[in-house]
Amino acid sequence: MTPVSARRSKAWTVRKVNRRDTGYTGVPPWVFALAAAGALFVLLPLAAMVAKVNWGQFIPLITSEASLTALGLSLRTSATSTVLCIVLGVPLALVLARASFPGQRLLRAFVLLPLVLPPVVGGIALLYTFGRQGLLGRSLELAGIQIAFSTTAVVLAQTFVALPFLVVSLEGALRTAGTKYEAVAATLGARPTTVLRRVSIPLVLPGLASGAVLSFARCLGEFGATLTFAGSLQGVTRTLPLEIYLQRETDADAAVALSLVLVAVAVAVVGLSYRRPRAQPAEAGPA
Amino acid sequence: MTFSLDATLHARNFDVGLTLGPAETVAVLGPNGAGKSTLLGIIAGLLRPDSGHAVLGQKTLFMLDDGNRHFLPPHARGTALLAQEPLLFPHMTVLENVAFGPRAAGANRASALQTARHWLAEVEAAEFADRRPGQLSGGQAQRVAIARALATDPELLLLDEPMAALDIHAAPMLRRLLKRVLANRRAIIITHDVLDALMLADRAIVIEGGRITEEGPTRAVLEKPRSKFAAGLAGMNLLPGTITGHGLTSDGGLDITAHPEDGAVPGQDGVAVFSPTAVSVFLSAEHGSPRNSFAVTITDLEPHGDQIRIHADGLSADITPAASADLELTSGMTVYFVIKATAIAVYPA
Repeated sequence: MTPVSARRSKAWTVRKVNRRDTGYTGVPPWVFALAAAGALFVLLPLAAMVAKVNWGQFIPLITSEASLTALGLSLRTSATSTVLCIVLGVPLALVLARASFPGQRLLRAFVLLPLVLPPVVGGIALLYTFGRQGLLGRSLELAGIQIAFSTTAVVLAQTFVALPFLVVSLEGALRTAGTKYEAVAATLGARPTTVLRRVSIPLVLPGLASGAVLSFARCLGEFGATLTFAGSLQGVTRTLPLEIYLQRETDADAAVALSLVLVAVAVAVVGLSYRRPRAQPAEAGPA
Repeated sequence: MTFSLDATLHARNFDVGLTLGPAETVAVLGPNGAGKSTLLGIIAGLLRPDSGHAVLGQKTLFMLDDGNRHFLPPHARGTALLAQEPLLFPHMTVLENVAFGPRAAGANRASALQTARHWLAEVEAAEFADRRPGQLSGGQAQRVAIARALATDPELLLLDEPMAALDIHAAPMLRRLLKRVLANRRAIIITHDVLDALMLADRAIVIEGGRITEEGPTRAVLEKPRSKFAAGLAGMNLLPGTITGHGLTSDGGLDITAHPEDGAVPGQDGVAVFSPTAVSVFLSAEHGSPRNSFAVTITDLEPHGDQIRIHADGLSADITPAASADLELTSGMTVYFVIKATAIAVYPA
């Protein structure tokens, strides 16, 4: 919902709606050259990998029992981890974006830490928390719950590394959306929970969706923390990246084929649900 | 069933006390940054004052003084807020927007939608029910926002410059609409427009620097302004000073000849008020009682209706474009503002 005046003032800037629009972009030509170099840097290794695929053996390689088990495990654990990221990440993002309390900046720094932490370090940290001799692991062990080197450990490792993606993306969306709609909803008699459910979350749904997709993609590719904390047991903790790493030692063709599968799944997920970021939902039509 | 408020908020240098009758509409006037929106924020529960108390009917909105830390959250106050922007929820249809309040109050879906339809019809926006807010013009969206606020049946309606963001074609219709729906309703409306204050409000208050500087029936505030701001709003010149036997000595040292009103006692603080149209402009001093002649330096000239308005030393004069051209007036020139004594009103401040 943009006010009329704001909508009008945008008439002379580039309308992203129409790609053929020949408005002023303000991007110097040399930026395009560097951007092309950047795109090549990403695309070239992918092309090199595709070139190495043994197409004759492709189908048998990716439909081997070990491959299918690993792929299935990867998809299941990534989906579970993404749900866990949403359950834990939405409240974190809300608290970081809306509340103000002492230590807030510190909390944000720590929540974002897994982004910059080497995953293997994250795995070690998780091991010392949930492992048999770990901080919580010992009590859990007494309760008969063993987490390390189980599928649960895979999910925890993935959630640990992927959570910041959801929090960052959602906190940004919440800050962009601002609190104006929420304030109006409150004065209309809506309790905080109603405001959250019917106004805040729907308004940041695009941000939440892109955050969830990024998290899912990160979960799918997770390797270091999983290997450290969950190990590599076929069917239990050996996700697709672990399978690829293992196959690389013995059967390079299989590793390349599975890599392509992982790329395809990631591209499909991201391409289908991650659209260009928008400040506002698409409904704002012409005046 | 009255509303009373007494609140201070040091961070914004805000200290205002206010009461409203059951069906009274009050216009809040004042310069930008004077604390008008702070007032509405405090009443709506979006801002927490440092101290004070507010009561709306049977409800205590807040009670913040020694020992008392009572503060009712916004959703429990029954004070719907209508802002400059309509702020319709973009992910809901127009009908769902208006049904939002009744739904939040616990009405079932069917009756909430029925209430929403009623209020949409009331603001002549029934045909937009199934549209998305993005498909409405500014004026249409603001009408829907009014319906949404009224659908909650607020005990006190708060309007923060509801027409400021509208183009000039949409404002008159909305003003008529507000006049109709605000009748027999308690409301506080912030406005920069004299017409809004006159048409919509029973009473006007002027807030300057976080304090109420003037208060009274709207017409009286505009006809007999006591603050510089209200005078400017009413398009009048105002000179504060001390009342004398024959008029007033302004704080700037001007000796003004006028007919002090009954009840004006010499020595008392007072104001001299006169219209820009009562001012004649001369290049040399004009004497001869009972006239006032003040030497002033022109700061600027601007078109004002079919006249030229001359601003000089905080006063203004309206003269015809032809006269302005004859006198070759430009900013920086020293001229004489001449006003008949009978055109100046002097009354206690």
